[in-house]
This record gives sequence, structure tokens and C-alpha cells, in this order.
Amino acid sequence: MTEMSVLIGGRAGDGINSAGLIIAHLLSRIGYRIYMYFDYPSLIKGGHNFAIIRASPEMKGACRREVDFILALNQDTLDLHRDLVRDRTTVICDSSRVKATGICIPIPGILKEEGAPAVMGNSCIIGAFTRAAGIPWAVLEEVFSRHLRKGLELNLKVARRGYEMASDHSVIPAGDSPALPILSGNEAIGLGLLHGGLDAYVAYPMTPTSNLLHFLADIADRAGLLVFHPENEIAVMLMALGLGYAGKKTAVGTSGGGFCLMTEGLSLAGANEVPVVIVLGQRAGPSTGMPTYTGQSDLHFALHAGQGEFPRLVVAPGDPKQAFTWSSLALRLAWRYQVPALILCDKTLCEGYYSFSSPAASVPRIDDAPAGTPGPSYRRYLLTDDGVSPLLFPGSPGTVIKVNSYTHDEAGITTEAAEMASLMTEKRIRKGKALENGLLDLPVIAQSGDTSSDKTLVCWGSTAGACSEVGPELGFRVIQPVVLSPFPAEKFLRATRGTHEMVVVEENAYGQLEMLLNRFGVRADASVRKYDGRPFAVEELRARLMEVVS
Amino acid sequence: MSARDFITDAQNTWCPGCGNFVIQFALRDAIRSAIEGGLDPDSIVLVTGIGCHAKMADYLNINSFYSIHGRTVPVATAIKMADPDLQVICCAGDGDAYAEGLDHLVFAAKRNSDITVIVHNNRVYGLTTGQYTPTSPSGFRGRSTPGGTKEEPFNPLEIMLASGATFVARGCTRKRKELEGVIREGIMHRGFSFIDVLQVCASYFNQTDVYDRAVYSLEGHDAADFDAACRKAREWDYNSDSPIAIGTFFRVIRPTLEERLGVPRKKEGTTEETIARILGERK
Repeated sequence: MTEMSVLIGGRAGDGINSAGLIIAHLLSRIGYRIYMYFDYPSLIKGGHNFAIIRASPEMKGACRREVDFILALNQDTLDLHRDLVRDRTTVICDSSRVKATGICIPIPGILKEEGAPAVMGNSCIIGAFTRAAGIPWAVLEEVFSRHLRKGLELNLKVARRGYEMASDHSVIPAGDSPALPILSGNEAIGLGLLHGGLDAYVAYPMTPTSNLLHFLADIADRAGLLVFHPENEIAVMLMALGLGYAGKKTAVGTSGGGFCLMTEGLSLAGANEVPVVIVLGQRAGPSTGMPTYTGQSDLHFALHAGQGEFPRLVVAPGDPKQAFTWSSLALRLAWRYQVPALILCDKTLCEGYYSFSSPAASVPRIDDAPAGTPGPSYRRYLLTDDGVSPLLFPGSPGTVIKVNSYTHDEAGITTEAAEMASLMTEKRIRKGKALENGLLDLPVIAQSGDTSSDKTLVCWGSTAGACSEVGPELGFRVIQPVVLSPFPAEKFLRATRGTHEMVVVEENAYGQLEMLLNRFGVRADASVRKYDGRPFAVEELRARLMEVVS
Repeated sequence: MSARDFITDAQNTWCPGCGNFVIQFALRDAIRSAIEGGLDPDSIVLVTGIGCHAKMADYLNINSFYSIHGRTVPVATAIKMADPDLQVICCAGDGDAYAEGLDHLVFAAKRNSDITVIVHNNRVYGLTTGQYTPTSPSGFRGRSTPGGTKEEPFNPLEIMLASGATFVARGCTRKRKELEGVIREGIMHRGFSFIDVLQVCASYFNQTDVYDRAVYSLEGHDAADFDAACRKAREWDYNSDSPIAIGTFFRVIRPTLEERLGVPRKKEGTTEETIARILGERK
């Protein structure tokens, strides 16, 4: 059993993402681990969409620059991806739209004969792929019946026609690993938040986190969630703080532009100490940039957004397992230390699909901040040793609970007194220290490769997918700090001890992680940066690394 | 709870003669009478913005969320969604509600969120020392418009009627008793309650004489009649010299946002089970 990749492409509206996901499930069912990348321009109909599904015996988090099957629903699929084609590549296409040699299926004719709508063309080509790859028909039936929401019968008929027109072409060996769930990064974040105790999610649609809003809205009823989509991101953030003040564990989701609108509310959260979690899905900027493409250029924005100084948690998961674990932890840590927590992700992770082995059972438990005692002597901002004040929510008998954006006293009443201003600032500093201590036993840094190597590759976020595959191959130890604020400097220095040569890999132009490392006295010997909106492919990263290291 | 308990010992820094004192005591008395009618004092939450009005959060001894400029309404909407048993009251300024945060006001009316919004409309920015607001009369000479504004004021009542507010009223700080009446009515109204309060600013825009001359109480007006409410709202455009009605312009009962959302259902089984079920479907 080895690995293989499938590319399916067509116009927007052809259902390429869902077709890609069906192919992912077919390969998952015969024993493979899946990574799927979906590439689409910012339009609704037309254009060129494609998905690459990589199937391997082990989990992967990046694509390769060659494919074993190309499923072409438009001519672009062949013309734009010639560089991925090898001698062994099997081409399957819609003969009415594509000129090619391979398995050519007259899809519109079949759809017409079966009385099926145009969007079912992808089922037809999937049927042909199933046969060509030697996947048993029963596997397709099972996948369709589990994952198609409607039109099962007709989709099966159309797929069968495609299946019958193809022949065993390039049979994929089956493995014996039982199928794992396949999740998008957004879904892993959503489930992680749920695991952490989420009560409410508020968001305004924005790629690449819109699908998180859709997912949570979908499961809201059975998960007992309140999911709300208000007028803009300013309202999103302020609503989250209103919900938090009333005791509801709340998260919001957005991308850079929306986060710009949230920063005033973020600073409010820093001041009034109402916990909130922000899922910040990066995409290619600045400004509108390339809305459906990826990037890692908002690290410093996440670290520094908001006026004034206050502690915050910033975590950057690199795969769905980390996304689940750290979304759960982010929510719990936010409530334990009453700080804003950011989950910094990107288009690659959010909208990529991955085989997912749930870490639910192993996520450490973190308790909420201690509850206050109701009564007239309650003080929302009671000064304590660790800076964390006991929490109560409105409706508590005989208790007045005041939160305030102004500098305030322990009771939450506005003050401009010099001494109280200093005391409240020092309270926030102590909370930040307490948060740092709370992270000591958590997996804040992920490592792979030979930990005794003197060559170190440092990366963050979804880039870890390509790095953890290529780095060890080239003899690197790979270090991925998952927590970026408060930065785990001591653990990072320990993990990189003995490094002779350090390369920092990131998907931005200015080297934002590298700048952060510089603050802790870490100097990289080389950097590999990418800023074209596309994630690193395995071969590409390998070549770039070989250019910069001795 | 006695009247004295409603006032904190925070030092009051409003100017002498400020209309905010009248709103403070009218609100306190409206709350007190609502409590006498059975409202739980612990369930009251006050949300304020930023500006002179907002000091109400420091001065009233009730739960409060002292928010940022323009951002009272989304906070209040969310608190009410989180716990529909809470009685949520917003005090906002005209800069807050009509400039920085107008979008939120319009949307809260559209949604019929069951909150009460009291706009301290002194038609001038006080705390930033005298600039025009959306309801300053045309030609208003403020510090940012020394040659006079070149635009017309909003009529907030018309905006609220057009946006779907189910309770629209106006009060004036020169009419304390009537003001307390509309605030109490707004608090008791099930649905989005909007009260525009014409407030004297003693330092930057003292309209005492105008309000004393022009303000009259609505009588014989049918608050259930939307068209009559619109006609009455247009009688004064916040600009010209015409009679200014106070009282309840419009009142209707419609399903509230919270009723329509419903309280999130009890989860079936534990969160772990829910997650496991969803993962099972993704296989």
C-alpha cells in the first residue's frame, strides 16, 4: 500500500468541493488517510475550481506536485495542471467539454438519458473513477448513501453509467485501516469549542471561517448552542461580550478584515475582563487581497491588536487534531484567566479536509475561574494574588455586578485615581503571569523529526503539514510553537538547544514568526517564505529548503 | 430596596443643571415602581455607552455593563438573548445611538429584541466639549463646525418607526413626571422599546426655553395606529420651530427576538456523546 493523489476540477457550480469530499471518503473507506486541498476563485458560477485529494497510509497535511488521477469536468483541469501529470496519470474526463486521451465519458448525454440535472455530472465521473481505480461498487454505494443529502437513487444511477463505461485501469491497493472521520479544519475547531464548553457562537460571514458558522448553525439544535449572525463584526464582538457577561461561553469567527472591526471590542475585553474566543482565519491580504487563498500574514496583528496593554492567548494549530485540542483549551483558558483568546488559523487549515482521529479523551481539563460569593460585598474586580477575580453573573441574589471599559476600582466604578490605575494594570500583568503558568503542563510546542539533529526547521500554523513531512526527510528536527502568546520562550529555547542551523518557514513576506523569535534572542540562519496565496506543496518546500541549507 | 439604595456613592460629575439628573431620577423611580410591581431588582441590567449619559452606570447601584461609544445595543441584545429573565435597559447618548452605533439601533428594532433603549438626546456632544450630533439643528455652530453644519438633522422617531420598533416614545427632561411614565411603560413593554429623551445640556446646548415653549403631551392619540404615529412623529423635524409632542407615539405587540429564537434546547446526552455522534456521521 503506497500513496496516491487525485485531482478533480471543473467550473464553480459543478460541485467540485463535495465531489472531492466523496472521493476522499471512497479512499478513506479502502483504508487510506486523507488530506484534501480545495482551490477556488472568489466567484459563484464559472471560473475554475479544483480539489486535490491525497491518500496515504499515514496522515499528511500537504499536497504533492504529481497526481495519479485527473478527473476533468472542464478543459482547464487539464490545461492548468499539466505540471502535475506523469506517465502513470489516468485521465478521466467529460468528453463533451474536454479534449483528452483517457477515459472519456459523454456526461451530458448520460445525464439527459437519466433525466438528471447538470450538477450530477460529478457523480458520473466519480463512478468512472471508482471503476478505474478498482474500488468495489459497494464502497461507492455505501459512501453515497452516507454522504449525499438528497437524490441518492438518481446519483447512483448516473454513477453506475460512469462506472460501466470505465475499466479497471490503475487499481489502487486497499489497506486494512478502518475509515476515520473526515473533517475540515473549521469543523475540528467547532467540535473543539464544543468540547471546551461552548454555549454560543456569533459571526458575520467571511472566508475562510464562514463554514465554521454554517457548521455550528447546523448542529446548534442538538448541541444546545445559540448561533447568531448579526449586522457586522462590531456587533459580533460586542454581542460576544454581552453573552460572556451573562455567563455564556462564547466564540466569534472572522478573517482579517472583520477582525479589524472587532479590535475595539477586543480591547474592551482586555479592560472589562469578559472572556471571549476569536477564531481568526487568515487569508491573503492586505485588505480584500485574495479572499479564497491562504496566508500567514496576521500573526503580528493578532499579537498586538487593540489599544492599551492586556494579556491575551494566541494559539495557532497546524492540523485538525491540534485545532480540536487548542480550541477546547482556548475556551477553557479564556474562562480560567478571563482573557481574550485567539485561535489563529488560515484558509489551508479551515477549508482543508483531513482524516481525523479524535483527541477528545486526552484534552486536559481546565476549570473556570473560581465563582464569587453572591451578596452586597461582591467585587467584580477583586484584587487577588494571581489577578483573577471570582466570577458571578447578573441575576445573582443581592449582588451588583459591574463591568466597565473605563479604568475602574474593584467594584467596577470608574476611577482616574493614579494608585488604582496602577493596581488594575498590575492585576492584568499578574493574570498574564498566571496564564503563562497555566500553560506549563500543556503541549505548547509540537515537534517532529530527529530531536537530536543540529538542523532545526521552525514553522507555525498549517505550514506544519508540509514541514513535518519534508523536514525529517532532510534531516531537520521540526519545531512548531502552537502557543504564540504568551510565547513559551523557555520551552522553545529548550526544544531548539544544540541547533547549528535554523530555518524558519512561513507563508508571509516579512517573516512575522522570525520577528517574534528575534525578541527572544533567537536568530534564524535562513528563511523560506511564500506569499502567493497557495500553501507549500511537498516538492516545492523540499526544493526551497535545499536552496537555503548547507 | 429603598430609593437610597439605587444610588452608589460614586462622586457625581455632571454639570449643575444637567438634564441627566432628571433622567437618572426618572429611571430610578421607574425601576422602583416596576419593582413594586414584582420586578426582581437583581434581574435588572443597565448598559451604557460613552459620554455624559453613560456615567449612569457608575451612579445607579444596579448590574451594569459600561460599554464603549456607540456599542450599547449589541451588548444589551446579547445579554437578553443569554438570559431572557433579565430586564435589560440601555442608556445611550445621541452620539452613541444615532452616529457611532446607528446600525445597531436599527437592527435591534428590526429584530424586536426585548430591551429598552433610552437615548439621552441633548443634541450636542458634551463630554468632547461641544460638537454637532445627528440631531443638532441645521446650521448648528459647534467646535467642529464653526461656520454652522451644512446638513439636516435626523428624525430618530421616524427611523425607529421605519425600522420596526414596537414601542416608540419621546420624553423631555423638562417634564420629569411624563418622562418617568414613558420609561416605566418602555420597561414594561414586551419587545423593543425606544425612548428619545430631549435633554437639556446646560453647558453646550441649553434648549430650556424652546422645550418649555414647544413641548406638549400627546392626548387623544391612538398609539396602535402606525400611520397616526408616523404623522405625529413628522410634526417636528428636530430643526424647525413647531410643537413638540411627548408621550407614546406607537405601541404594538409582536413576537420578540428571544421568543422566536427560543432558549437553546437541553442537549441530548453529554457533549462528548454529541461530538462522537457527529464524528460518526463524518466517516
